[in-house]
Amino acid sequence: MTSAATATPALARGTARAVVTGMSAVTAIGVGLEEYWRNLLDGACGIRPITRFDTTGYPIRVAGEIPDFDSARVPSRLVVQTDRWTHFGLLAGELALADAGVDPAELPEYELSVHTASGSGGNEFGQRELQALWAEGPSRVGVYQSIAWFYAATTGQLSIRHGMKGWSGVLVAEQAGGLDVVAQARRSLAQGSRIVLTGATEAALNPAAFTSQIAGGMLSAAGEYLPFDEAASGFLPGEGGAMFVVESAEHASARAARPYGVVAGHAATFDPAPDTGRPPGLRRAVETALAEAGVAPSDVDVVFADADGRAEADAAEALVLTEVFGPRGVPVTTTKAATGRLVAGSAALDVVTALLAMRDGVIPPVVNVRRPAVDLDLVLDRPRPAALRTALVLARGYPGFNSALVLRAAAPN
Amino acid sequence: MTRLQVAVTGLGVVAPGGVGVKEFWELLTAGRTATRAISRFDASGYRSRIAAECDFDPAQHGLSPQQVRRMDRCAQFAVVAAAEALADSGVSGEAPPERVGVSIGSAVGATISLEREYVVLSDGGARWEVDPRYAIPHLYHHLVPSSVAAEVAWLAGAEGPVALVSTGCTAGLDAVGHGARLVAEGEVDVMVAGASEAPISPITVACFDAIKATSPNNDDPEHASRPFDALRNGFVLGEGAAVLVLESLPHARRRGARIYATIDGYANRCNAYHMTGLRPDGVEMAEAIRLAMAEARMPVDEVDYVNAHGSGTKQNDRHETAAFKRSLGEHAYRTPVSSIKSMVGHSLGAIGSLEVVASVLAIHHDVVPPTANLHNPDPECDLDYVPLVARERRVDAVLSVGSGFGGFQTAMVLRGPAGGGR
Repeated sequence: MTSAATATPALARGTARAVVTGMSAVTAIGVGLEEYWRNLLDGACGIRPITRFDTTGYPIRVAGEIPDFDSARVPSRLVVQTDRWTHFGLLAGELALADAGVDPAELPEYELSVHTASGSGGNEFGQRELQALWAEGPSRVGVYQSIAWFYAATTGQLSIRHGMKGWSGVLVAEQAGGLDVVAQARRSLAQGSRIVLTGATEAALNPAAFTSQIAGGMLSAAGEYLPFDEAASGFLPGEGGAMFVVESAEHASARAARPYGVVAGHAATFDPAPDTGRPPGLRRAVETALAEAGVAPSDVDVVFADADGRAEADAAEALVLTEVFGPRGVPVTTTKAATGRLVAGSAALDVVTALLAMRDGVIPPVVNVRRPAVDLDLVLDRPRPAALRTALVLARGYPGFNSALVLRAAAPN
Repeated sequence: MTRLQVAVTGLGVVAPGGVGVKEFWELLTAGRTATRAISRFDASGYRSRIAAECDFDPAQHGLSPQQVRRMDRCAQFAVVAAAEALADSGVSGEAPPERVGVSIGSAVGATISLEREYVVLSDGGARWEVDPRYAIPHLYHHLVPSSVAAEVAWLAGAEGPVALVSTGCTAGLDAVGHGARLVAEGEVDVMVAGASEAPISPITVACFDAIKATSPNNDDPEHASRPFDALRNGFVLGEGAAVLVLESLPHARRRGARIYATIDGYANRCNAYHMTGLRPDGVEMAEAIRLAMAEARMPVDEVDYVNAHGSGTKQNDRHETAAFKRSLGEHAYRTPVSSIKSMVGHSLGAIGSLEVVASVLAIHHDVVPPTANLHNPDPECDLDYVPLVARERRVDAVLSVGSGFGGFQTAMVLRGPAGGGR
């Protein structure tokens, strides 16, 4: 009998080449992959006054709200049974499968998996039911609260909707979960799955969840999300995210699917408790992910940064990027200034965006930032054309999670 | 397929009926039930007014006032269970922080704190636009349940991969399975894996009332949780936590650790059928069992004990019985099957980890815990459910299963320590 230690490392870690073959995006600057991408390259910003509730009396009144999200694009039965976060997930999942050219009904059901990340679950649905309970009594709580609010709702609904019976799961690591599920997708391939629908969406712009975020003290009281800027004052939340399809390179090739790129390396680390004096874990996540991908820092063509928007966190990230890549050693960008911080949804969206950037040979700019406070090669003002073979995506999750993902262009056949 | 074979070297429990592994095992083997009338809030307006509650004083278990303020009850349970497991394993300081990870399961996270604070912010539900001026500083810590895993990571000094696994009522099994997988892959040497849940709050009780999932046997709480019994009428909500220290076998052996058992197989499948409904045939759970057994390279007739999901709902117990027959064949009729939910209730995301600990203890002590309250056989549930009284027998191999909202079906296979090191 072989022991775990002698198992084939590449197979055990699921690093048999995993490729992304279908993608979607649901964001404040566009619903649908190409609409989002076009607007991102145009420098659009989705941070606007919140319209989903009356923000009178709130110290912060703007966010990356998705205007006029058309819930008719979600099956009507599911619209009433699920939270807005799951609406986004259902639409994003369907678009990603369509983009991949995958019809789950034609594939063995146990070889289809769903792995989503969630930051805070079905917030608006939950608040509505809490109000019913506390204002009117326990018997007014509806029959869908038990399936709409909890963090597993989106994975469960996607599994049912598309008949996906393979190993499926839900990870919660705040933002970092959106990258960690990509590692779960690779594990699923190693366990025998053919198609893995993965990613994350988020919707936390109802009054109670928005208030929780304000209370966290991390949002910009100035109502401006200016990561790495001299005027950085915190981040602003948004809603939405992305889903994508991961499969093995062999399977993609067999069905003549064109991969957007390869999932080449991943690492997750956790920061030590604040009183230990030990260094935070972001640098180790970056270095471990690069090592697993077999990529030298000089091979990395672009970094999609965590871009927290608080001066201290920005400085810490800039320091890591400088230590690993050298002074201004790699172009750095972020989507979050345009969409708001989507928690796990942003990490998933950055995977999609990095692969689009590779496809079109262009790095999207960081919107609104004018006076960088850090010595990074930030892509500002306008898109920067560049041949991109390797991208690094970073996400830090409250409180203390770090995740790094390395993506590479698919090798030309 | 990967090989698991991951050592369990430490156990910790916070359960109804007592805090600590010893108290937990005494309750289970005595066949006592910890279900009672809900005392945590006034449940008089509810359909189901019973639960398995923990008598838990965080200060008594070493949590500082600051920690108590910051942590939801769910996180408090997790940290106390993890502390017991770490002390039991003696693993602290034996692995560099980078080689230690955390995988904690929870279905509903910091529900109690979120509901409590919602009531303040909304003036008792009077306002949709809540008043942010009344928000406590730790509110975001409660909004994102990742904080529960983080609290355990800080306690354990873990700087490797950390995550909360949130697959509803299979989260407890899936979190341990995830932890075992990371150890087997070599990502870490040590994983602090388990689950915690503290769902006994008005909103959770009301949401299960709404779908009549919980038992309305309010007049007889001690006998309300009746898995596999013909008179079963729903599960009884529970709370608690269980945490295990998992290590690679070489790591555990090198440091001379006591190995309680090894986790040899783990699989999860979805029924892709319904968020709460189960078909009676148990096909997908049987598939998860088949895969976990295959990963463990265990013939079905080696299973000595099946630790069932056994929630006590009409559909679950029927579904599960069918799954056992489908996957284990004739051996299903020869194998003791029991549900500890009859005694400690159904603590949603936590129960899977409590059941893994019960499975490990069954191996350790060669005792199968009983199914309490099983007096009336159900023709549809015709296996050996170990009614009422614990059974001494050699237990080398255990199959533990879970089933949850979302359609998740999970199976785990454990073996006694190789070489009979007990």
